[in-house]
Amino acid sequence: MSLLERESSGVVMTTDNIRSQKLHVGLNIGIAAAALVVGLALAYGFGIGNYVLGVVLGVVIYLIGLQIVAGRIEGRRAARDRMWKTLIYAACVLAILPLASVVWTLISKGAGRLDGNFFGSSMNNIGARDPEGGAYHAIIGTLEQVGIATLMAVPLGVLGAIYLVEYGRGKFATTVRFFVDVMTGIPSIVAGLFILSFWVLIVSPWFNNGTPRFSGFAASLALTVLMLPTIVRSTEEMLRLVPGPLREGAYALGVPQWKTILKVVVPTALPGIVTGIMLAVARAAGETAPVLLVAGGAAAINFDPFAGGQQSLSLFVYQQAGDASRYAPARAWTAALTLVAIVLVLTVAAKLLARRNSLSK
Amino acid sequence: MGDNPSRSENATAGDLGVTGRHARGAGTGVSPSSYEEPPFGGGGALPKKTRFGMEAGFKGLSVAAGAMVLVIIVAIAVFLISKAVPAINADTENFLTFNQWFPNETQPRFGIAVLAFGTVLTSIIALLVAVPIALGIALFLSHYAPKRLATPLGFVIDLLAAVPSVVFGLWGRDVFMEPVRNFSAWLNEYFGWIPIFGGDGPFGRSVLLGSLVLAIMVLPIVTSLSREVFMQTPGMNEEAALALGATKWEMVRTAVLPYGKPGVIAAVMLGLGRALGETIALALTLGVVFNISFNIIENGGNSIAANIANAFGEANETGRGALIASGLVLFAITLVVNMAARAIIYRRREFRDSAA
Amino acid sequence: MAKRIEASNVSSYYGSFKAIDSVSMVVEPKTITALIGPSGCGKSTFLRSINRMHEVLPNARIEGSLTIDDQNIYDPDVDVTAVRRLIGMVFQRPNPFPTMSIYENVVAGLKLNGVKKKSVLDDAAEQSLKSANLWNEVKDRLGRPGAGLSGGQQQRLCIARTIAVEPQVVLMDEPCSALDPISTLAIEDLMFKLKDRFTIIIVTHNMQQAARVSDKTGFFSIDKTGDPGRLIEYDDTQKIFSNPTEKKTEDYITGRFG
Repeated sequence: MSLLERESSGVVMTTDNIRSQKLHVGLNIGIAAAALVVGLALAYGFGIGNYVLGVVLGVVIYLIGLQIVAGRIEGRRAARDRMWKTLIYAACVLAILPLASVVWTLISKGAGRLDGNFFGSSMNNIGARDPEGGAYHAIIGTLEQVGIATLMAVPLGVLGAIYLVEYGRGKFATTVRFFVDVMTGIPSIVAGLFILSFWVLIVSPWFNNGTPRFSGFAASLALTVLMLPTIVRSTEEMLRLVPGPLREGAYALGVPQWKTILKVVVPTALPGIVTGIMLAVARAAGETAPVLLVAGGAAAINFDPFAGGQQSLSLFVYQQAGDASRYAPARAWTAALTLVAIVLVLTVAAKLLARRNSLSK
Repeated sequence: MGDNPSRSENATAGDLGVTGRHARGAGTGVSPSSYEEPPFGGGGALPKKTRFGMEAGFKGLSVAAGAMVLVIIVAIAVFLISKAVPAINADTENFLTFNQWFPNETQPRFGIAVLAFGTVLTSIIALLVAVPIALGIALFLSHYAPKRLATPLGFVIDLLAAVPSVVFGLWGRDVFMEPVRNFSAWLNEYFGWIPIFGGDGPFGRSVLLGSLVLAIMVLPIVTSLSREVFMQTPGMNEEAALALGATKWEMVRTAVLPYGKPGVIAAVMLGLGRALGETIALALTLGVVFNISFNIIENGGNSIAANIANAFGEANETGRGALIASGLVLFAITLVVNMAARAIIYRRREFRDSAA
Repeated sequence: MAKRIEASNVSSYYGSFKAIDSVSMVVEPKTITALIGPSGCGKSTFLRSINRMHEVLPNARIEGSLTIDDQNIYDPDVDVTAVRRLIGMVFQRPNPFPTMSIYENVVAGLKLNGVKKKSVLDDAAEQSLKSANLWNEVKDRLGRPGAGLSGGQQQRLCIARTIAVEPQVVLMDEPCSALDPISTLAIEDLMFKLKDRFTIIIVTHNMQQAARVSDKTGFFSIDKTGDPGRLIEYDDTQKIFSNPTEKKTEDYITGRFG
């Protein structure tokens, strides 16, 4: 006899048992409705909770009931298949609730202070009782800090990736690649502490008569540390996608390697590289912790990233969140909305660019 | 450093822009204009290989950029240690085991114990909550949802992964705290006999709130990375499973999950790294208590990163050093997690690649 | 074991595109049937319709009826997974599960069916690998990755995996197109051996192969790109290759077309 038959009857397939019953949709809905009623009845009947508990209990009862009924009708395997499908759908619904709440709160609360004053003024001379005050200085700070960080991180990152892909062989390259991975995992606060101990506490006193100087530039340095590994990794991936024959074609024409890289390889991979850079920039713009440690966080407008404390949007959100003034939450939410808008514009643009990238697809 | 000989020799020989002996030649790029002259610019001896030129310069530049990464990593370690050591020396208590944080006093007393405990506790709870759900969504997007729904939904998840943590922290404090407080009170009423749900309140600004906010934050990251690996499952392996008579879920378990496992581990580890290092969201939601407790619903909880953000403002020189020392510990923890993740990934990859 | 398959007026669609039009044929038990024809003529689509793998692709559907021992496998109450266990399939490119060992690959189907006992699985793995003429080559390294084998070995591993669940029909979709001549020969030998137990239907681009291995041959063709594929002629292999009824078949066989 066949193996499957020996093990357990009814498993081996013959033409006679290829038919099976399916759980009727109506029955499925019926189980759900009954489970919900039982769940609510339990919750309220015993007085142990409100409708939320009722719904949760209902879902649990539904899953158990479904498994039992479907197991009877469709068989064990089909029932398990159905169970997992239900769980996977449930996971989606469960996750969408809080994420939708975040988005909704951001829009509804953030809209409150979307006015000219918010974008046109700073927090200079704004007391606890003043409803005005804006984030102009913070926006300036974010743009300058992220801009300078980008200027430093992009050439370094792209060159580093070129090294890894085009020149890197042997132990040194392996080491570099490994530490790029390690660097990707550095918490942003640690990057902030690094710049604090290195730049603010040790280097900056040289230029400032011996006292440590917090500055926007220090924040840029910290953001550079965070952006660098991301840019190296994404650029490396893109450069690797450039087909080898393209390089060989250039070499065969007698083009030197460095020119091949700059004129053939990098331009081919450029859309992908730019996408990676934009994502890194978006992430840097949202970083709070390192800025908090090294930028100083001034209330007034300061265009000079090298001298005096600077604000940034994310830090502004954090500071307003901790402010006791009753007008502070509104400022915090509007600043958060502005920050998310900047980050999302960058991200969406990067994704759209990636979609048009012929290399990655 | 193992240059490909066929590349460098010929390539440099043709590099006329550097030797300057021929205005244009083979080396002027791939644009059609480079064919105006014969490839080897007019006979005679072949150009000599230059000792130093653009080739070496460019290569040196890129090597330097690569080396910069090493320099930064070493610098991070060196500078953190240099600031941390004096503070730890000034510490009158054991830095590793003491569970209070008074580094600003004339007799500094501080220890990392509570903070390290809180960091790990919140991160683990966050991952326990987030990972199953994230994998569920990832599978939904890659294998269950119709394409018309999966594409935009995947896009939205990617966007949510980019939302700054300060926004999640703000939301956690202003919106999410209320339901979590109610839930905590309910847990306490009916499950108070379980130690983690015990206590007399107040509830709300608790490990539970911090962990759940963290979970919501890492959810999009883990989802988005896992979805990508799941989508890369070779279609022919999925078909092989289906052709053996697998149900959809069995196909997922046979073909998709094992194939995606290294990627999922990497995603989870990345999520863990994020959660461990998360600062602002926890600074806004945790109750900040220096006390090692497994109670997750009472006001309390603390983490290394959140403590740095909270205590930085009032820190004096030793205080800063103490915070830097705690940052060093955080750095070490994340380093271990990261390396473990890499090790797992590389090992699994070998199993698969030896194959291909 | 082996069963009779009868297709009547089977048309397969991808969305609104009709891939094959009204194919009817009868496949007798314990025979090898070869499906030949130019690229894009719908042979593979037809093959995938036989074990309902066609409908895995989005928007794919089918019309007509396909019966196996007088049971229509497209009846609404038929369990798709049961059909696929009944009718196994070997694919164009060897596709062992990359994360599994040789052993795990062979018993994957049995495990899905709830067989857990180690002794039964061991037994089945050995029997299937022996049937697939692979046992002697891999018996010392059953724990190694299945994907570490050569292409031909991988394909035989896939055949072992397919027959381990003891189907009644084995479908092969160009199983040798990615293999070298020696491996191809090994697979062909295997087909002769398996013929005693299974009904085999094979899609092939290689007419010599069709002529060598099959009892019956079906010739598919299309009029032009975008038209649905049709079954032009279906007869004994000998007849198809020596004295085809249709002009189109003759043109194709003699290399004047396709």
